[in-house]
Amino acid sequence: MKELIVSALDQGTVINHIPSKSVWEVVKILGLEHFDHAVFIGMNLYSEKLGNKGIIKVRNKFFKAAEINKISLVAPQATLTIIEDYNVKSKTIVKVPDKIIGIVQCPNAKCITNHEKIETRFDVVSKKGQLQLKCHYCEKVAEKDEIKVL
Amino acid sequence: MLDVAQEFEKNPRQKILNDYVFASLFFEPSTRTRLSFESAISMLGGRIIGFTDAGSSSVSKGESLRDTIKTVNNYVDLIIMRHPLDGSARFASEVATVPIINAGDGSNQHPTQTLLDLYTIRQTQNTLEKLKIGFVGDLKYGRTVHSLLLALSGFNCEFHFVSPRFLAIPQQYKSHLDVKGVKYSEFLSISDSVQEVDILYMTRIQRERFSDPSEYEKVKNSYELSKNDLEKAKKNMKVLHPLPRVNEIRIEVDNTDKAYYFEQALNGVYVRQAIISMILGLK
Repeated sequence: MKELIVSALDQGTVINHIPSKSVWEVVKILGLEHFDHAVFIGMNLYSEKLGNKGIIKVRNKFFKAAEINKISLVAPQATLTIIEDYNVKSKTIVKVPDKIIGIVQCPNAKCITNHEKIETRFDVVSKKGQLQLKCHYCEKVAEKDEIKVL
Repeated sequence: MLDVAQEFEKNPRQKILNDYVFASLFFEPSTRTRLSFESAISMLGGRIIGFTDAGSSSVSKGESLRDTIKTVNNYVDLIIMRHPLDGSARFASEVATVPIINAGDGSNQHPTQTLLDLYTIRQTQNTLEKLKIGFVGDLKYGRTVHSLLLALSGFNCEFHFVSPRFLAIPQQYKSHLDVKGVKYSEFLSISDSVQEVDILYMTRIQRERFSDPSEYEKVKNSYELSKNDLEKAKKNMKVLHPLPRVNEIRIEVDNTDKAYYFEQALNGVYVRQAIISMILGLK
C-alpha cells in the first residue's frame, strides 16, 4: 500500500490517538478552523491502540494544559507531543479537567442554559469508567453519551 | 435557622423589616409558597413588589431572565423567585447583586420547602435524629421528596419508600443513601409501612403519569390515606404533605390527631421569616 507523506513538523504540536469520528470536534474545541498557520488533519489511519485513529498536527502552536484537556471529553486517550526543531520535546496524555466551561451543552432541555445566553459550566463528578458531568445550574448529572460539544 | 424560626413562631410580628423592599417574582403559579413569603414579610413590616405570573411582566414581551433580574435588582433589597426552568435561581443569583431566594426552580430544588419540612418534623418529634420516615406517592418526580431525603440523610434516619413501581425513588437517590450507609425499604402499599413510621410524608400522584387510566384506578387505594389506615400507626406519628392535596389524603383524616399538614403550611411563614432575616443579617 502506498503511504501518503505529510511533512514532519519543525515546531508545533501533534495530537495523536483521536478517535476518527471525533477529529472535527477536536478541531472545533481548539478553535483550529480560525488558525492562521498550517494544520494537518488525518482521519481513518491505522492504529494498534485504537484500530482506527485520527491525528492533528498544528504548526507554531503550543497549547496550554487547560486548553488541551478540554479535548479529553471526546478523545480521552489522545496524546500530545510538542515538537521543537523537528525533535520531540515532550509527550503527554490528556487529562480530564475538574471543570468544563463553555464547551458542552446541557442535555436537560429544561435547564436555564438552554434558554438564556449563558456560558455552560459542569463539574466532572466521575472520571473512572463512564465520564459523568454535573451541570452547575440545573444540577443534573449527564453521562458521556448524552454530552454534545457546542 | 430552625432555632431562629422557633423564635418567630413565638413572636411573628416584629417590625424588623420596616425599611426593606422585597421583590416576589413568580414566573409560574404558587399558592402556599408565594403567600407564606408575602405573609412572612408583611408581618415583619416589609413591603413587597412583584408579579404572580410571567404574563403580567415584560417576560411576555420576550424579555430575558437576565434583564428582568438586572432591572428588578435596582428596586429592592432581596428577590424571591419561582421559575419553571431548572437552574434559573442559581443563574439569577449570579446576575443580581441583591440576595436571591429560590422559591422553586423547575424540577430541581425547593429549598425553603425542605427547611419548613425539617422544622415541622423537629416540632412534632422533638428531634431530627434516628426517625423512621415514610415517603408516599410520586417518588420519581417529586422534588420535595428528593430534597428532604438528601437533607435528612445526615441524621441517622431510616426511610420507607411507598410508591407504584414506575414512580419509585430514582436509583441516584438510593445510591446516595447506600454511600452514606442509610437504611431504606421499598413498599407498594401504605398499609405495609404505616405502623412503623414516625412521619408519613404524603405526596400527590398525578393521574397524568399513568398511560392507562384504568391502571390508576387499580392502584389509587394503595396511595390514598384513610382514617382506617391510621389505626395501627404509632402514637407519635404525624402525617405531612407539601400540599396541594388532591385525593391522596381523605378529608376524614383532617380531624385525626395524626394530621399535621396545615400546621406544616403555617410553619412556612416562620421558617421564611428566619431565612429572610438571616440573609439580611438581622438575626
